[in-house]
Amino acid sequence: MTQSNLAYKETLNEVEEEMEVHPKDKKLAMAHVYVAYVAFIIGVFGGLLQGLVRGGMIELPGWITYYQILTVHGVLLALVFTTYIIFGFFFAGMSKTHGAFPSGLRKLGWVGFTILSAGTALAAVMILANEASVLYTFYAPLQAHWLYYIGLTLFVVGTWVMGSALLAHFFNWKKAHPGQPTPLFGYMTTATLLLWIVASIGVAVTVLVQMLPWALGLTDEINVLLSRTLFWYFGHPLVYFWLMPAYMVWYLVIPKIIGGRLFSGSLARLAFALFLLFSIPVGFHHQLMESGISEFWKFLQTVLTFVVVVPSLLTAFSIFATFEQTGRAKGGKGLLGWLKKLPWGDARFFAPFMGMIIFIPAGAGGLINASFQLNAVIHNTLWVVGHFHLTVGTTVLLTFFGMSYWLIPVLTGRRFTKHANRCGIVQTWLWAIGMFFMSGAMHLLGLFGAPRRTAYGTYGDHPQAMQWFEGIFTSHVTVAIGGVILTAAGVLMFYNFIYLSFLAPKGKTEFPMTPDPIDTPNTPKFLENWKLWIGIAIVLIIFAYTIPIYQMIVDAPPGSPPFNFLIK
Amino acid sequence: MKMHLDEKIWLILSFGMIMLFTIFTGYQTFVLGLGPPSNMETIDPQKVEETAPFDAPGVYEIGENEYEVVMILEIFRFNPGDIEIPAGSTVHFTMTSKDVIHGIQIAGTNMNAMVTPGHIQTITQTFHEPGEYLVLCNEYCGIGHQHMATTITVY
Ligand code: HEM
Ligand SMILES: [Cu+2]
Ligand SMILES: [Cu+2]
Repeated sequence: MTQSNLAYKETLNEVEEEMEVHPKDKKLAMAHVYVAYVAFIIGVFGGLLQGLVRGGMIELPGWITYYQILTVHGVLLALVFTTYIIFGFFFAGMSKTHGAFPSGLRKLGWVGFTILSAGTALAAVMILANEASVLYTFYAPLQAHWLYYIGLTLFVVGTWVMGSALLAHFFNWKKAHPGQPTPLFGYMTTATLLLWIVASIGVAVTVLVQMLPWALGLTDEINVLLSRTLFWYFGHPLVYFWLMPAYMVWYLVIPKIIGGRLFSGSLARLAFALFLLFSIPVGFHHQLMESGISEFWKFLQTVLTFVVVVPSLLTAFSIFATFEQTGRAKGGKGLLGWLKKLPWGDARFFAPFMGMIIFIPAGAGGLINASFQLNAVIHNTLWVVGHFHLTVGTTVLLTFFGMSYWLIPVLTGRRFTKHANRCGIVQTWLWAIGMFFMSGAMHLLGLFGAPRRTAYGTYGDHPQAMQWFEGIFTSHVTVAIGGVILTAAGVLMFYNFIYLSFLAPKGKTEFPMTPDPIDTPNTPKFLENWKLWIGIAIVLIIFAYTIPIYQMIVDAPPGSPPFNFLIK
Repeated sequence: MKMHLDEKIWLILSFGMIMLFTIFTGYQTFVLGLGPPSNMETIDPQKVEETAPFDAPGVYEIGENEYEVVMILEIFRFNPGDIEIPAGSTVHFTMTSKDVIHGIQIAGTNMNAMVTPGHIQTITQTFHEPGEYLVLCNEYCGIGHQHMATTITVY
């Protein structure tokens, strides 16, 4: 260890003791957590209904449709829950690692929160009024009420405003500490936010330039392929926007909880920079089966899709290396003895760990989805739904649950009690078991041709469709059973949220944050060069998208009129 | 940036795997001609029934054991439906949508394609095994989406 490293370690230890989340920042962060969990529990009951309906176990009353519920479920869980909990985590973590927000930036954060919430409320009202049953992907030319598109716009603008507050806080720190490597938390938050901002421009453009004028009747027709392309330009990085904060918990929180430390900061930074570069120019892998995009461009983006697996593999390596080092430092012997030294009884560790394990089959499934010939087998089948209930629905969600066990009591000034911990462990098991049944059956049903996004039906009792109800495991009934277990797990998680927010005894809970690794002073300068990363990201985007988008516009067929009567 | 030996090995393996997938996918697509359905022709989505070949949707024999199916997808049906062909036939589908986005998938085969308004989609499938195949729409197309299906009978 060099002299500067030692000195660095000492200053870190001092700083660590002082830093707390500022009380006013706690309020802002906690506001996000409240909305997140309310959205979560509503979304969970939506999922339960879907499972029961498709299993043929219940019928919906006339005043609500399957697709309306599916829209609620997708929007609340995939967009609302994730976005709110992520921004809550960012505000709390930035306050802890970079100091209290200056009041101007905190106000900006509240302004963003308000815009985001106004957008969420507006979109929710339109969905409840059955004016927006277009699912969370809102593909044209199905058309929702124009107010729904306004809601979506406000949602995105809200995140931009909050993102600016967080970025400003980070760059202020950087300016105040010239020549110093930035704290890892800030680095990773910045990479995630930049990814989000660059990506969400795509969805903002299609909503504002294409859909809103068309829904208002200002334009008669819409370019369908262009709108899908802009949506998926956003839609894939969206999944990295969920995944990167989960990785932040793995990199920055878990080592502390298990009593170890992250051993390389530079590699962690490199992984995040690679996500920023490679997770955007890959949207065509969601459009492999459609006309109007040539094989060449589909192939090119598929290759980039494979590349973005590398930073995930890097992450897996770093995390498991940290586990092993820590376990061995605690006296774990032999090939696997170190495993025993991990804190299995601690829900803050166990929930994210379960998420990591489930990411192994989930990631393998993702590679299958991207390999285009295999994609033909599973595209738009329940396989895909099974896939993302593992990735976002389990890996990311269990990590966020594990995070909530300390984040909520930190923010509310309560204690993470034994009782809460026990509930957390039970919750994790229930979620994993429920997901095993639901997602497992979905994967297999997909291979047998069962479509996604489809209400109950037997296609006139066609034998191939009947088979989806008759399998021992491969059955819509298994999906429904898994859904019931998951709902129980969801309710328990909601209870954990209520308990930690309002009922747990007052006291102090640790914000587990790993001190930056000792190689931090040696962080190569180029890793901190944001202009470079954004520049390369833009070059890659231009490379992967310019020609196909140009063709979509220049060679466009006449556009499509609105179809808004089809959703009611 | 210092790297441990294990780390280097891991990175090399990762990249090796990625290269392998890339080569495999590329080979299948460009050498074996097994790319995803990517036809580039367009059509006015509001004039589908006046535009050839969709002015006469149907099943056409174009060679020995070779058929062309000209098909319009619309809410919530396939036109033509209830197709019958002899076993061993190769069928070239030429499809478009009259309204919103649909999907076509034949359960028990690898045939799967999106059919978007304004675009003509083509895909070829050979049916070896006799039987009644379920053809269904696998993209949400509105309130009656779960009813959008037909059959292909291979005799
Ligand atoms: C109680 C737990 C859950 C249950 C029972 C459940 C059930 C379901 C079912 C049955 C579907 C498929 C509907 C169809 O394609 O016809 C579905 C779709 C979906 N679920 Fe879940 N789910 C649960 C939790 C989650 C979570 C935690 C997330 C994400 C964070 C999530 C995100 C989604 C999304 C994005 C869709 C696709 C919506 C669409 O196709 O438009 N679900 N869910
Ligand atoms: Cu993707
Ligand atoms: Cu449909």
